[in-house]
Amino acid sequence: MSVKISHENGKITAKLMGEIDHHTAKAMREEIDSEAEKIKPAVLYLDFSEVQFMDSSGIGLVMGRFRQMELLGGKLRVINVPEHLERIMALSGLGALGVLTNEGKVKK
Amino acid sequence: MKIINETNISFMSKSNNESFARSVVSAFVLQLDPTITELADIKTAVSEAVTNCIVHAYKYEMGTIYITVRIIEGGKIQIKIRDKGCGIENIHEAMEPLFTTMGGERAGLGFAVMQSFMDKIRVNSKVGKGTTITMEKSIIRRAKNNE
Repeated sequence: MSVKISHENGKITAKLMGEIDHHTAKAMREEIDSEAEKIKPAVLYLDFSEVQFMDSSGIGLVMGRFRQMELLGGKLRVINVPEHLERIMALSGLGALGVLTNEGKVKK
Repeated sequence: MKIINETNISFMSKSNNESFARSVVSAFVLQLDPTITELADIKTAVSEAVTNCIVHAYKYEMGTIYITVRIIEGGKIQIKIRDKGCGIENIHEAMEPLFTTMGGERAGLGFAVMQSFMDKIRVNSKVGKGTTITMEKSIIRRAKNNE
């Protein structure tokens, strides 16, 4: 399974696993969206701590979920971005969306 | 420009070959003893270029993607990624960060990532004929005797 989803108190955490590219992002997106549509969470957390690799498809995944959560009236937060993904996250301009947080920062 | 080593691979434009392509290229590059960061940069750039072939060049059909990786004297890597797909009408527009023809799930950052993670990138494209991306990166030499 490429994404582990848990929820409590109206918040969903989607822990992304392994490598995110155009191929794997599709299944991740479908799983997260179907859960989010069911629960309509106040916050959706995307946890990147177990992501070994990602290309710009990972950025697309975050941007798409940002829009999805706006439609559902909730917030998106990106958490636990490991050091090796910081450059691509910085390049993406995702900072401007205000979704990146320093919560539970892990070193890898 | 003396070529020390070269490999050629070709594969179908299926999205599950994205991980195959970056693994093969990184396995070949390993002989230069790159750092983990250099290797990750190369994998990311290859992933972007191959994804472009799959989602743009061969959007409506299955095609073949060709990769040539060369190790050039002095510790330089040259990667050519070629398709015989639809070609790019406006290369400047295509390379503009955040430009995408694909809508919400694509970030429009493919070329920006390739430019930022590699030293050099050149794009040759003919509408109806295909596109060739040539990227170069110098690997900082740490160990001796790796040639």
